[in-house]
Amino acid sequence: MSNGTGLDPQQPIVVRNLTKKFGDFVAVDNVSFAVNAGEVFGWLGPNGAGKTTTIRMLLGLLHPTSGSTHVLGLNSATQTKAMHAIVGYMSQQFTLYNDLTAAENIRFYGMVYGLSNRDLRQRQAEIIQMAGLEGREKALTSTLSGGWKQRLALGCAIVHRPKVVFLDEPTAGVDPISRRDFWTLIYAMAKEGVTVLVTTHYMDEAELCQRIGFISQGRLVALDRPGRLKQTQMRGDVLELNVSNPDLAMRILKAAQQSGQLPLDEVALYGAQIHAVVPSAEAYKEVLRALLSTAGIEVRSLERIAPTLEDVFISAVNAPA
Amino acid sequence: MLRRIWAITQKEFIQLFRERATLILLLVAPLLQLALFASAIHTDVKHIPMVVADQSVNQASRAYLNAFVQSDYFDIVATVASQADLVTAIDNGQASLGILIPPDFAAQVKLGQAQVLMVVDGSDSYTTNSAYNTANAISQSYAVSLIHHSVTPLTMSVRILYNPDLNQLWFIVPGLLAALVQGLTLGLTALAVVREREVGTIEALLVTPIRPVELMLGKTIPNLVIAFANTTSILAVAVFLFGVPFQGNLLLFASLAIIFAFSGLGLGLVISVASQSQMQAQQLSGMFNFVGMFLAGFLFPAYALPPVLRAIGYIFPMTYFLPIVRGIFTKGVGITAIWGQVAAACGLLVVVLFAAARLFRASLD
Repeated sequence: MSNGTGLDPQQPIVVRNLTKKFGDFVAVDNVSFAVNAGEVFGWLGPNGAGKTTTIRMLLGLLHPTSGSTHVLGLNSATQTKAMHAIVGYMSQQFTLYNDLTAAENIRFYGMVYGLSNRDLRQRQAEIIQMAGLEGREKALTSTLSGGWKQRLALGCAIVHRPKVVFLDEPTAGVDPISRRDFWTLIYAMAKEGVTVLVTTHYMDEAELCQRIGFISQGRLVALDRPGRLKQTQMRGDVLELNVSNPDLAMRILKAAQQSGQLPLDEVALYGAQIHAVVPSAEAYKEVLRALLSTAGIEVRSLERIAPTLEDVFISAVNAPA
Repeated sequence: MLRRIWAITQKEFIQLFRERATLILLLVAPLLQLALFASAIHTDVKHIPMVVADQSVNQASRAYLNAFVQSDYFDIVATVASQADLVTAIDNGQASLGILIPPDFAAQVKLGQAQVLMVVDGSDSYTTNSAYNTANAISQSYAVSLIHHSVTPLTMSVRILYNPDLNQLWFIVPGLLAALVQGLTLGLTALAVVREREVGTIEALLVTPIRPVELMLGKTIPNLVIAFANTTSILAVAVFLFGVPFQGNLLLFASLAIIFAFSGLGLGLVISVASQSQMQAQQLSGMFNFVGMFLAGFLFPAYALPPVLRAIGYIFPMTYFLPIVRGIFTKGVGITAIWGQVAAACGLLVVVLFAAARLFRASLD
């Protein structure tokens, strides 16, 4: 699946033939990819696909069963502490101290990363400003709301100006405006040359990544720019149906899919619309219309649409091994 | 490295001072425990309730019973008629000791072959031992007093060192100091690591340049300050409030107390690192504390323990510190008399800190 991206050891993140087994369970299965300097790289996949396991190996918190990972030229497994000094990490859970103030959290991480007192004062002011926490420096972290906490956590993760930042579902559970603000920060970092590897479950966020690696059941199944993935990865066409009784229509289409009556790759409800993936739009448009009309369902519209990233991923997950 | 340790220490101090109520409790609770234990623990039991069946009722039997009452060790709570009544009174918990004086007591005394029956409650060892030994001694001395003008063939001249008046507090308080400090140090660090694991903050620390040993030291230092404050206040209360004399060198004691507190905190860290939850850590530290009381020589001398239990006792800092504290506090000895214990305590300190850091690393994979 690597689209000609050679694994250049100069690249800030290099993953080579990475495999991790827990007993018989293969969590990560022979995965290789590299991330370019200053790139915002989306590391996506369903829950349990091996996203976090990969990140934990990149950070040296887990040792690979085979293969290797290098971050900024340092082997994650053997040069762990040297690597930790120059990368930043924000984990899924909130990891700041709730019983410290915002400023105290920044100060703590600054000291841990060995910043001098002068550096620390400067960074503290910058991070408070970045997180929009002016006037709340002395507020206990537990009293801050979701978006603030998230931005403060990012600030603490980059207090030492790391060249590579790992963000594991950084925007989970925060409101849309805070999510947008957060991505503005991610892009500001990337503009300064910081390499960002980010995982997310939000498809609108995935669209914002410059490049995406998609992992399913431990295997890397897609790796490209979002726009190109939609062209190359989609097997078949997506039809969008607007019908009078979506629930009944879904049941009929699912039944037809399971019985093999129709070669539908995927049928899913998107709000009031149904997306059906067929081998060819022209060949199946009328077949679908006829099937639903027979059941007394009024088909208001039936159009071929450009696939969304979500369609692409569902297609990639369902692709035969 | 020092800056990282200092970062953790500073953070721990801030968190500690933010929880004002807990901090006050940490500083005051050991003193309350000391006061409570020191007043409550009495190996020498007085005022044992006694029931009497005096079937003789004459001058001789009254004189004999009077010796019991005069001793202060026994209170006659009831007078009954028969042996069966004695047993009933002990069954009911009314008395712990029963004395039956037969009808012909006075006559038999004159013949030099009098017998009395002593019924003892055997359900509680302290009372049983105390009642039995004291009643026996009173009877013996009463018997001796009956032999007029006799010359005792053997007299013992007894000199008890360090505590000539057999003051109970002098016996208990130095050991109690060691037991309290061991208990509180275990508790102070038992939650230190597992708490961060439970709330998830450890996840972020692991990807910073902090090394396990730096984390362990950084978390120990603030607790060492508290433990030292506790040791000092316990010592002050022992000396100034309870009047237990401190015989040795205070500086030597202070430096060894730091080693002792440090190893207790280290043992707490081992518990914390090995635990999966705060609940588990609390249970474990409670168990360690309890077992330590028994195996480290606080309640019973360690040399009286079976070999296996003695061996387990070696993991408790108190096993080494108890002879040290009794040596310096009560006997006033110098380092030469206790250097073996001191060396062993230092060895234990290194072992527990190493074990904590090692276990911590092992727990990550």
